[in-house]
Amino acid sequence: MLDFIVASLADGLLLGFVYGIAAMGLSLIWGVMDVINLSHGPIMALGMFGIYFAFTHLGLNPYVTLPLVAGGGLLLGVLIYTVAVHRIINAPHLSSLLATFSVNMIIIGLGTAAFTTSPRNVDFSLGSVSLGPITLPWTRVAAALAATLVTGLLYLFLYRTRTGKSIRAVTNNRAAAELMGIPSSRVLALAFGLGTMLAAIAGGLIATFFPFTILAGGTYQLRSFVICVLGGLGNPLGALIGGLLLGALEGIIPAFMETSWVPALEFVLFVIILLVKPSGLLGSKT
Amino acid sequence: MKPFAGTHGKQWRNHGLWLALAITAAVALWPTLAGNKAYAREVTFTILKAVALASSLNILLGYTGYVSFGHIVFFGLGGYVGFYLLSVHSLPLYVAVLAGALSAGLLAFLLGKAILRLRGAYFALATIGVNEAARSFIKNFQPFGGPIGMTLNFKAYQAYGGPSQALWIAYGSMAILTLAVILVSFLIRTSRFGLSLMAIRENEDAAEVMGVVAPNAKTWAYVLSAVFPGMVGVLFFFKNGNIEPGDAFVLHQSIETIVMVMLGGQGTVLGPLLGAAAYQRLRGLLLVSPLFKNIQLTVAGVLLLVIILFVPAGVVGWLRSRFPRLRRVLE
Repeated sequence: MLDFIVASLADGLLLGFVYGIAAMGLSLIWGVMDVINLSHGPIMALGMFGIYFAFTHLGLNPYVTLPLVAGGGLLLGVLIYTVAVHRIINAPHLSSLLATFSVNMIIIGLGTAAFTTSPRNVDFSLGSVSLGPITLPWTRVAAALAATLVTGLLYLFLYRTRTGKSIRAVTNNRAAAELMGIPSSRVLALAFGLGTMLAAIAGGLIATFFPFTILAGGTYQLRSFVICVLGGLGNPLGALIGGLLLGALEGIIPAFMETSWVPALEFVLFVIILLVKPSGLLGSKT
Repeated sequence: MKPFAGTHGKQWRNHGLWLALAITAAVALWPTLAGNKAYAREVTFTILKAVALASSLNILLGYTGYVSFGHIVFFGLGGYVGFYLLSVHSLPLYVAVLAGALSAGLLAFLLGKAILRLRGAYFALATIGVNEAARSFIKNFQPFGGPIGMTLNFKAYQAYGGPSQALWIAYGSMAILTLAVILVSFLIRTSRFGLSLMAIRENEDAAEVMGVVAPNAKTWAYVLSAVFPGMVGVLFFFKNGNIEPGDAFVLHQSIETIVMVMLGGQGTVLGPLLGAAAYQRLRGLLLVSPLFKNIQLTVAGVLLLVIILFVPAGVVGWLRSRFPRLRRVLE
């Protein structure tokens, strides 16, 4: 029993890194522009399909394709921002929720027509590694490493480059940033793109170890919300820690009850945190 | 505070109310005059169902300004409870309908107490999870048949004079229910309670300062908007003859209902009615067209996006602001 828990805990923690960067994308967009991106899930699904097609049709290694998927995610995000979000950036939340949701419907509708909803699988394996009772597939370890790398790069970008600093300036106070000559529209578009890029990367990494359909993004999007409130909306590092927490929980829960209860429990956890401490467990400023 | 103390008596002379009721009644009577009665009845049932769902969602989305992404959960839960009473306990239909309403209302009350303390976006996030959580609960809940669901014994229809008669009873009840939703929606809109909801929509803090007890008002709006979908669910699954988790908690239906409300005009009585009817007709046309049948959801998405970006008030709202004289007719 204990062995099982340790093994599934390690498994869950590695998965948590990937959940973490998906949630970080959501959190970044929320922090910078107060928009909850409801098209997050479908973009993750597109990331999965990107890896899938490059692997099955072109035979490319998923880790080689990942930067391309990331680039695609960035461009898609800038496009979504320009078309759907920019006009209503100052409108009440209702508008931005519904606008990003309509993007969700558009992607899911087109995706279902093009790829159908039959499950896909990237048949890719790197073998596995054993440490005592724990046996881990290398793909999980690689995904966790990639997620850590992406987080590190994101922090370098946000804190060490001029563009990154403008993103943080716009987060703090958009009006003041504009007065300092920062082109806020372009910064917002870039921030939205970075958020969707993280979603696409997370999707791509998940594709290397789980089967998926075009609708798979939905559950991961829901998880990203749970993680975001765990870590505090608008706090990227909190999102990573929240991801690890949720991954650990998902590793442990199946030891005690059936896996099909996991979504219900996650939702209950989500509501409890929202009620008790809406600024998040690791709450920063709200 | 008297909840429905509006401008006393005057509301019955409102043209907008009678227009909305007349349109609904005309639509509901169409199958009795149509050539192919059974076909017309099925089409109209779908339209009336959409109208009832959209008008009830409007109480929360349009009047109160809170988005519920999982409103279909009340349709599903009400349907399940009613169906359970119909099939396992062989209770009459009206008891099942009342039980459906009661259970949906109770769930909304409890959920409302819990998650309506959350403002705007946080509430919307929570409702996305409600539907998923309810579906995974029902799938694991054995008395309701778990993942397989339940089927109504064919004999159950005998009590209503045979299956064909039972379908007409379900249809008639649906029509009356839809008229009731429209009436309630209108009464709320013209009442003091409705005014407090709209005050919350415009500015919740200011509304509270003016003496609106926002958590209570929001909870009652949520309950009222949940009761009718619960009843619609019972009628729909009674007509359907079987129920399973995949049919009862279809997330797409929640979203399509939002599109209907936004299309017609959120916060108006006539808007959801016209929006739902128009959307259902459009959907019917798209489903039979070879080009669009696979990307029906995309078309709905584009429609929603265009409305939000360019006509956020919806068709009725746009007409009302463009032609002020129409305000007396388009409530």
